[in-house]
Amino acid sequence: MLLSEATNPGGAFNLVPWIVFFPVIGLLVNLVAGKRMGEKFIGTVASLASGLAFAVSVALFFALQANHGHKEIFHLLDWINIGALNIGWDFRIDTLSVTMMLVVSGIGTLIHIYAAGYMHYDVRYKEDPASYVRFFIYLNLFIAMMMILVSGDNYLMLFVGWEGVGLCSFLLIGFWFNRSPDGTFGTGNSYAAKKAFIANRVGDFGFLMAIFTTFWVTHSLQFDEVFHHLDSGEVPAWAIWAIAMFMLLGVTGKSAQIPLYVWLPDAMAGPTPVSALIHAATMVTAGVYLITRSAPIFSAGEGVHNVVAWVGAGTALFAATIAVGQYDIKKVLAYSTVSQLGFMVAAVGMGAYAAGMFHLVTHAFFKALLFLGSGSVILAVERGHHPIGEDAHGDHHDEHHGHDDHGHAFDPQDMRNMGGLRKRIPWTFWTYIMGTLALAGVPIWAGFFSKDEILADALHFNIGIYIVLSIAAFFTAFYMGRQVWLVFFGEPRSHGAEAAKESPRTVLIPLVILAILSTLGGFMNFPEVHQFGHWLEYTLGHFYHPTEFNANVALGSTAFGLAALFISWLVYGQNPRQTAKEKDPLEKAFPGIFAGMNAKWWIDEIYEDLIIRPYQKLAAWLADVLDWRFWHDWFHERVIRDGFFGLTRFLAHPVDLGVIDGIANGLARVTQGGATALSIFQTGFVRNYALWVFVGVVSILGYLIFR
Amino acid sequence: MVPVEYYVGLSAILFTIGTLGVLTRRNAIIIFMSIELMLNSANLLFVAFARTFEALSGQIFVFFVMTVAAAEVAVGLALIVAVFRTKDTINIDEVSSLRG
Repeated sequence: MLLSEATNPGGAFNLVPWIVFFPVIGLLVNLVAGKRMGEKFIGTVASLASGLAFAVSVALFFALQANHGHKEIFHLLDWINIGALNIGWDFRIDTLSVTMMLVVSGIGTLIHIYAAGYMHYDVRYKEDPASYVRFFIYLNLFIAMMMILVSGDNYLMLFVGWEGVGLCSFLLIGFWFNRSPDGTFGTGNSYAAKKAFIANRVGDFGFLMAIFTTFWVTHSLQFDEVFHHLDSGEVPAWAIWAIAMFMLLGVTGKSAQIPLYVWLPDAMAGPTPVSALIHAATMVTAGVYLITRSAPIFSAGEGVHNVVAWVGAGTALFAATIAVGQYDIKKVLAYSTVSQLGFMVAAVGMGAYAAGMFHLVTHAFFKALLFLGSGSVILAVERGHHPIGEDAHGDHHDEHHGHDDHGHAFDPQDMRNMGGLRKRIPWTFWTYIMGTLALAGVPIWAGFFSKDEILADALHFNIGIYIVLSIAAFFTAFYMGRQVWLVFFGEPRSHGAEAAKESPRTVLIPLVILAILSTLGGFMNFPEVHQFGHWLEYTLGHFYHPTEFNANVALGSTAFGLAALFISWLVYGQNPRQTAKEKDPLEKAFPGIFAGMNAKWWIDEIYEDLIIRPYQKLAAWLADVLDWRFWHDWFHERVIRDGFFGLTRFLAHPVDLGVIDGIANGLARVTQGGATALSIFQTGFVRNYALWVFVGVVSILGYLIFR
Repeated sequence: MVPVEYYVGLSAILFTIGTLGVLTRRNAIIIFMSIELMLNSANLLFVAFARTFEALSGQIFVFFVMTVAAAEVAVGLALIVAVFRTKDTINIDEVSSLRG
């Protein structure tokens, strides 16, 4: 498996395990040598590992093109062989998986490079420079797991990756596990990590049930065999429905849809590169990939399309409204991610798999860009607020950072503390604008093409979904406009914003590359040409329908988006807020609605009251009454202990002392008595003995003679 | 030729005398001699029947009995000497230490 073999197509396909091996090698090198080698080395190794995985993905892309899109399966190892269950470490190279590989490793590499610069400051603001290497180990592990997820040829391998990225997500959300999201010491980040893990666990339960059901009805977990079984019509309708619904539950967990989306906004507790890579661009899209991969299942079930599409559309609108009311720059983007994932799920739910995947790719570009941009903004404000050593080492920082002079925490993520950053950090500003335009769906930027394709499909599928998604798109443009006016325009509203410094080059280069991708990425699936769609058609087969370009939809959504941006200018841009303290203009106009948006419609509180509290009460009841009082106190004390004592007492007194000792003593007494009785014959006179012998002989002889 | 019944009768008489001797006498030497008498009564029967049935094995058996009896006499007399040394008597009624 040398790189030179990549020259012929078959050889390139044999490279596929290296998409997993390279990140694993990277993390092992950092694990062993990272602590001793310094940040430059760590960042280079990690970025190189991810970059090589990207290079392999590119080689696979060209090999696949040379192969006319025919899928290849590379068998690496046998894994499980039990009866009918034959599962191997098989890598599936088809147009869908290669698309995901390119996105994951491509965006992943850019974010590795970005993180090399970003984490340099972050570890110093958190006063723990030794964590730098830990971050890149987790990041490489994530790339490896995500690669397993997208390249597996069976549901079990997909599940391994699915769980692996969940683990990495947990580790990285809780990366600063001894702090709270506002930077003070506390358990807030650990809580967020736990929340993400538990919410995902609920989803994973659904996915596991889907896997079990699949194996039960089709006796296989390999994609092609499962779908072949479905085609044969032997699988009952209810089973298909159950698999699809359980899978949807898994998707709502991993891809943050209603009702399990609540973990994703809290996941912003992780460092910003993590938010960009895992919680915006790649991991959370795993659910969309799963549905696309399982297109035959979702298309076979009666009414499944409607359920999935409505879940997605509902999430898209619901999360978009929450995003309007947030002040935290990353929270806005988090809810935006939930909303955009809703768009994707709605698209794949409607059967517009290519449109969903297209939006997945463009969203990965611009949402990674926006998150990295927000990270750059946060870094700029934090550095402005509290300059630390600007030389390469930077470990001689002063004592009281993270807090301002008045003692209460300064939140560098709060948009109310920003303003006027446009001139201070121009590179970040211009790239951020590109991302905003892409997300808002302004023509020629990537988001316009992909979102428009989804909307056109929605109009064809169900007018209700079209309306819901259009309103969500309107809100999307509005909250992005709000964010840009708040962050970059007006006057600085804090010392940190006043003295903000542009980020280092390693941070800016990925931003520029992603800005270019966000701007031009839409052209890879230009309407009526559909290169991207046809590329996926090799995999999707008859599940692919090219979306007809609908000029009315395009014009309508463009007008909607521009109107929303204009309204946001009226509200936030025309009269920018002067101080960090004053109320939001929307809050003045619609206090009730804004309070709801700001409080995330109290969903966390409702979950708290409806699920967590009763659950805790039940747990407390079980612990106190059932476990402690009944089980420990009553059962252990009364039944086990007392029963045991009673039994031993019974065994000791009547049984041991009475029966056992009685038998032993009785035997002794009988023996003694018998011996006493027999001792009469022991006279000591030999002639007596002789007489008895004689009597004995006589009686035996008498018996023998007279019998 | 003397009929075999006579020998049987003589043997019975000898055996009875021996038995009575063992049961009634107190002197260990006498008892010992009585036992020898009983053995010899049995020997007489062996020889008598051996001749009657012309089977040589009876004769051979007598040799064995006499050999064993000789050995027995050696052991027995040794016992009596040992008893006499410790008890200064060979009256067996006085040798009753094993009385239970």
